[in-house]
Amino acid sequence: MTAAVDTAARLAPARPLFKIDAGRIATHLALLFLVILWTVPTAGLLISSLRDKDQLTVSGWWTSLTTSQALDVTRLPGAETQVEKDGKWQITGNLFGEAGNKQVANWGNTSAKPAETVPGQSLPMPDGGTLTVQSDGSFVWASDTQFTFSRAPRVFYLAAIPPRFTLDNYGEVLSANGVARSFLNSFTVTIPATIIPILMAAFAAYALAWMRFPFRGLIVALIVGLLVVPLQMSLIPLLTMYNTIGKAFGLEDGKTYLGIWLAHTAFGLPLAIYLLRNYMAGLPKEIMESARIDGASHFQIFTGMVLPLSFPALASFSIFQFLWVWNDLLVAMVFLGAQENKLVLTGKLVSLLGSRGNNWEILTAGAFITMVVPLAVFFSLQRYFVRGLLAGSVK
Amino acid sequence: MTSDMIQQIISAVVAIAIALAAAVAYFWGTNWLLDQVLGTRGMSGDQVTRRDNIRSQIRPWLFLFPALLFLSVYLVYPVFETVRLSFTDKLGNYIGFANYFWAVGDSNFQQAVFNNILWLLVVPSLSTAFGLVIAVLADRLWWGTIAKSLVFMPMAISFVGASVIWKFVYDYRGEGQPQIGLLNAVVTGLGLPPQAWISLPLWNSFFLMVVLIWIQTGFAMVILSAALRGVPEETLEAARIDGANGFRIFFDIMIPQIWGTIVVVWTTITIVVLKVFDIIFAMTNGQWNTEVLANFMFKWMFVNFDYGRGSTIAVIIMIAVLPIMIWNIRRANAEEGTR
Repeated sequence: MTAAVDTAARLAPARPLFKIDAGRIATHLALLFLVILWTVPTAGLLISSLRDKDQLTVSGWWTSLTTSQALDVTRLPGAETQVEKDGKWQITGNLFGEAGNKQVANWGNTSAKPAETVPGQSLPMPDGGTLTVQSDGSFVWASDTQFTFSRAPRVFYLAAIPPRFTLDNYGEVLSANGVARSFLNSFTVTIPATIIPILMAAFAAYALAWMRFPFRGLIVALIVGLLVVPLQMSLIPLLTMYNTIGKAFGLEDGKTYLGIWLAHTAFGLPLAIYLLRNYMAGLPKEIMESARIDGASHFQIFTGMVLPLSFPALASFSIFQFLWVWNDLLVAMVFLGAQENKLVLTGKLVSLLGSRGNNWEILTAGAFITMVVPLAVFFSLQRYFVRGLLAGSVK
Repeated sequence: MTSDMIQQIISAVVAIAIALAAAVAYFWGTNWLLDQVLGTRGMSGDQVTRRDNIRSQIRPWLFLFPALLFLSVYLVYPVFETVRLSFTDKLGNYIGFANYFWAVGDSNFQQAVFNNILWLLVVPSLSTAFGLVIAVLADRLWWGTIAKSLVFMPMAISFVGASVIWKFVYDYRGEGQPQIGLLNAVVTGLGLPPQAWISLPLWNSFFLMVVLIWIQTGFAMVILSAALRGVPEETLEAARIDGANGFRIFFDIMIPQIWGTIVVVWTTITIVVLKVFDIIFAMTNGQWNTEVLANFMFKWMFVNFDYGRGSTIAVIIMIAVLPIMIWNIRRANAEEGTR
């Protein structure tokens, strides 16, 4: 009986099995399509940032592995460079200046027929003699009589530029455009702004999770409310306040690193308290109670047990705050200003967009530099990040 | 490295040290002080209980004080001050609702409100929908984790970085020139003329929305994927035995069970949309009819230096956020009751 059922179970779905497979293939393809859609823009930026800047401007990044072709022209050297050899007069050189990785695909000596001769062949020149161009760009112009022309002729050619990947764009952006300085500024803003709120939030979260006192519910409600208050509501009053304080201390304005650290600290607090409180409230009640019975104070329980146990939540918040502060543009522009030496990376990137809007070799490399640190943090600590997201929203 | 830069690094390190030391000193110190001042050494049972009670009334406020101070100065006080400023003119004189009347009649403001509504209709819905679809697909495949990780990645990229990425996709070269922007390359590949997408009226707003959808889908996907894993296997199994196909299971069994989470994701993205600033600022700065409220506020604040009108626009953003804020607080309170 059982054997019969087994066999039936194994035989029956034979046809549906194929249907399921078709469905699975569709699933694979649909997901693959979406993933490609989501990753291609970033991939394009990364690949472009590594391309030769001349190639970047003439061809799309998706062609970066193929040879690109460009029509070009070079004027031959003057008659004074000719040398006599075996009774013949010669002018030699290279169309590319020096032999490199470029190739001549086709060439010609008039603008009407710029590329109709293959490398290795010779063309008679109007100024006498014949010109031979090799595929590496080297040419020999030989004549039985001495050259006497006053203005050297031009040679037209279709140059094949093989794909070239380089870190030059990064070098250029980092050295010449102040991006290195902004990189340092971003770190200067981000690290203190990530560390300062943690202890403050942890103590508050513990009080809200495990202590009983009047208005506790009200404070929790306040924090939940503050989670979504738009930053725009804070900017003008704080800016005015900072300017007043700055003037009192004899600064020309209130735009200091201290100011932005404290602002980011405060803006991060609602989320920090909310996340940590949720996490701490989920810790087992029994441990707390037995510790209380053993005579431990709240302070001892917090520092000795709750804080170490809350490490995952602290890590989640730190990652959030780090990414949020690093990626922030608005707070940095308002509280740190747009002075060249105080620009953070996001602000720098915006200013490059304004001033170098068409220099994609600068923009792609610059953008990738702003993304490197958050991406590294994200991929190495993704687990904590996801955990924090879940604790912060699904409730 | 200049001395100016070294000084900057030192000041950051010092700030961290001072902040940590101050926090430890404050929390440890006040706690110690409380136990000293209201200590119970050598007291009778009655007094001990009374003092214990007083201390347990005070201690929570010692724990909360620094956080509450920061929240009050940086978030609560500014809300009231911004509301007050919204009733004043550029010079700080009280002018009643004049700024609000100005806003209603201003064509740029109307444009910003119109665009914000478009954003609100499109971005939360599409991000949630894409997030849900990717979560469902990825949970059934062996390489789903990698797929999710890749879709999630834009969450780590700044809005400005994302704007550059997409501006490159939308890059426009005149007809006949080689297109280096992916979108125009595809369009010309199909034999159509290339377009300057960023300055194409009305459509350009949608091209900017794509950037935020691209970022927020990962968020929606992660949250919804976790919710889907919480759907009891038995309900799916029962539906399968009843002969329901994949689509029926998805719409009739899965969606109703995770509806609460879908709403949370949707409202969270709605809040992000209401505050969106960086993308517009970086890509168009409100040109070609792409203005939104947050960028419009920034202009009045930092270009025109009219704090009255800037505040008015901020208050209007706040009013738009208010219903979701109240709903969130209610939900949190209900939960607090069950704890």
